[in-house]
Amino acid sequence: MLFLPLAKRTHGGSRMIDIQTKMTERALELLCLPENQPCYLLDIGCGSGLSGDYISDEGHYWVGIDISTAMLDAALDRDTEGDLLLGDMGQGIPFRPGSFDGCISISAVQWLCNANKKSDIPAKRLYRFFSSLYAVLVRGARAVLQLYPENSEQLELITTQATRAGFTGGVVVDFPNSAKAKKFYLCLFSGPSTFLPKGLTESQDAHQATESTFTNERAPHKMARRGLMKKSREWVLEKKARRRRQGKEVRPDTQYTGRKRKPRF
Amino acid sequence: MKLLTHNLLSSHVRGVGTRGFPLRLQATEVRINPVEFNPDFVARMIPKVEWAALAEAVDCLNLAAIPKEPIEGFEHDETFLRKMHHVLLEVDVLEGTLQCPESGRLFPISRGIPNMLLSDDETET
Repeated sequence: MLFLPLAKRTHGGSRMIDIQTKMTERALELLCLPENQPCYLLDIGCGSGLSGDYISDEGHYWVGIDISTAMLDAALDRDTEGDLLLGDMGQGIPFRPGSFDGCISISAVQWLCNANKKSDIPAKRLYRFFSSLYAVLVRGARAVLQLYPENSEQLELITTQATRAGFTGGVVVDFPNSAKAKKFYLCLFSGPSTFLPKGLTESQDAHQATESTFTNERAPHKMARRGLMKKSREWVLEKKARRRRQGKEVRPDTQYTGRKRKPRF
Repeated sequence: MKLLTHNLLSSHVRGVGTRGFPLRLQATEVRINPVEFNPDFVARMIPKVEWAALAEAVDCLNLAAIPKEPIEGFEHDETFLRKMHHVLLEVDVLEGTLQCPESGRLFPISRGIPNMLLSDDETET
């Protein structure tokens, strides 16, 4: 097999382009930007500018950050409209507070969980990324990050650091029952909490050819709210729900769950 | 790199905090790119612009001077908005450097792309 540089491999191929564009479309949809208003957006892991092109087509302006010179060179060749930066999101986002009306990311954030050097600590890099992202967003703006978490522990590591950085929100899962089509979007709000959109299912998407049509959507994975009192009934219920989502065996919730116990002393 | 981007960029070198702005601009190659004029976008971005930093960048690049500050009722002044559109979105720095005002650290710009990669020692923990 001919060795192709990563830039060519991940951009070329019409099916790959179609998936990337679709995910960008969905991410922008989840961003819920005000209608008919040109916005200034940040594209994390912009690569060769596929997602950026879609953002431009929607009438917005953008800045893209990527760690790969090869990918950015490909973006230059494609003559993208957004400005490009060579940078590592795990080192922080080098912008003034309140610079961006929103942020999207397609298939990039999970890379923060890889320790490329011995000195890399994923949790630190994640926190550095999320805390600086929080700062550079206009108050009340959103970030929608499509990612491929390796497992539920990794997803939890990511959402924990996002919460620590001040974000509220949760994970929207599209097509949870399709191994091929399943997609995770981490939807983060930098202002007061708003509702989390429902993930898409097979029955909603006309283009999906499916044999089964069950609509067994999983409840949206809401991040534990900050300020949830430790050991309170709500905390216990949230912890049990989280363990169920992780596929662990959990006793059913009853009226006695998390009830006040008699003091032992 | 457009001047709008330059006006929002801030150094993230360890320990620098808010003193990492504005990055001192030095350019050896600049290009003018025609960009479609969108008055709504320009009007929305004007309040975000740090005017002194923009004026300094314009001066560094030997461009025609901009007004000292946004004029009253700028949202409806097409002449003003077109002028700002040109400065913010059509001036493209292709080669040059950005310098952190606090640490002195230089970030090179090549083919219009600033290299903001830091070493481990320079990264905030």
